[in-house]
Amino acid sequence: MTNPTHLSYTAEHEWLETRGDVARVGVTAFATEALGDIVFVELPEVGSKITGGESCGELESTKSVSDIFAPADGEILAINAAVVEDPALINSDPFGAGWLFEVRVSGTPELLDAAAYDALIEE
Amino acid sequence: MTSSAPTPLHEIHQALGASFTDFAGWDMPVRYGSETAEHHAVRTTAGLFDLSHMGEIEVTGPEAGRALDHALVGRPSAIGIGRARYSMICAEDGGIIDDLVVYRLEEERYLVVANASNVHVVAPALTERAEGYDAMVRDASAEWALIAVQGPASAAIVAAVTSLDVSSLRYYAIDAGTVAGVEVLLARTGYTGEDGFEIYCAPSSAAAVWEALTEAGTPHGLVPAGLACRDTLRLEAGMPLYGHELNRDTTPFEAGLGRVVSFDKPEGFVGDAALAVRRDEGPRQVLVGLVAAGRRSPRASYAVVDPATGEEVGTVTSGSPSPTLGHPIAMAFVRPDLAAAGTKVQVDVRGSREDAEIVDLPFYSKK
Repeated sequence: MTNPTHLSYTAEHEWLETRGDVARVGVTAFATEALGDIVFVELPEVGSKITGGESCGELESTKSVSDIFAPADGEILAINAAVVEDPALINSDPFGAGWLFEVRVSGTPELLDAAAYDALIEE
Repeated sequence: MTSSAPTPLHEIHQALGASFTDFAGWDMPVRYGSETAEHHAVRTTAGLFDLSHMGEIEVTGPEAGRALDHALVGRPSAIGIGRARYSMICAEDGGIIDDLVVYRLEEERYLVVANASNVHVVAPALTERAEGYDAMVRDASAEWALIAVQGPASAAIVAAVTSLDVSSLRYYAIDAGTVAGVEVLLARTGYTGEDGFEIYCAPSSAAAVWEALTEAGTPHGLVPAGLACRDTLRLEAGMPLYGHELNRDTTPFEAGLGRVVSFDKPEGFVGDAALAVRRDEGPRQVLVGLVAAGRRSPRASYAVVDPATGEEVGTVTSGSPSPTLGHPIAMAFVRPDLAAAGTKVQVDVRGSREDAEIVDLPFYSKK
């Protein structure tokens, strides 16, 4: 699997595509392969505040449940209704149509570039 | 921490792109692609499983049947040659040590198949319980690979590669013959709720058997299938899994499997006194099916709650979104007074109470 170089990453296997202070957030292909087929997604509500490092939602697969960790402090601007309707999108296109939410980021979160994330998941 | 052991088919699984997980000390394929697709394949066409982690214990000798009658809750001496029975081995206090499939291969030869996680307990227990009988107990797990073909197309697939007459092999029967030209034991058994076969062969023959079944099965829609879908398949079929529904603190009566206990054996058996008490007093908790009203699935260890009182009345043992049914299903132990189908309960799903209803098992039966 290839982690796109234009994205930033967290150690919790999320990616961020940042434009100004707005970030689109999803989970990486590495995460979806570990989870298996995702069948249920719970996302934060639009307008809610999230706190970096804290759970703000969950991904449920046939085998397990995983928290979605907020990658940064911020306010939720949008959620991807398509993945709530069809969670399999997260498995089939984790870096594209399977995005989860958009957040207005406050502060400067510590993120990894693709090379550092590659190194993390190689371990 | 020792690394987990590869099965004889490990390189084939790697070439197929499997994800692996440690299971009872074995490095087992958990899925090859999508476990949901593998699940649906078993329900509609066929799936091919490597089950070489299972434990095989041979019990032989003139008193092998008598020894097993003493050691297990069932009556293996009454099993016909070439037939199989589901059974259990219990402790003196009635607690379940393992659930087993017992095959009678010959008049004086049985194959006892134990869970991978328990074979190291079951084999010594059988050895100890066979003392004083003219019978030999031998852990032969290293001598057997096990490959399963499960699903509605499995009979046609197996028929294409075996010397045996598949149509005359009944459910829970076993026969010796060949598959792909190598010697096997072919059993019509499984753990998916579908028609299917389990093929025991020498580890050195496993690749040939797997490849022949793949070649014969692919036109029928057969796909390799991992442990992830095996678990959702057995859950839909209401089949217990040791360590979840069955354990040392549970007797066959709690698990709704009192029918496997034979009290009419003239020489008694290990655990009979404790089990008779449990039979007469009734179970302290009952294994039930649960269907969740929402989309969040009850999972093992979550509390079952009485919505009227908020009191904890049971515990989920297994739970998952059901690929076939499209909603979450679970098994749970609950208080006997709340065990009737139709009873409304709640499950504490990570801090929030989710509505659920008790239903009869199984969730799914093949047509």
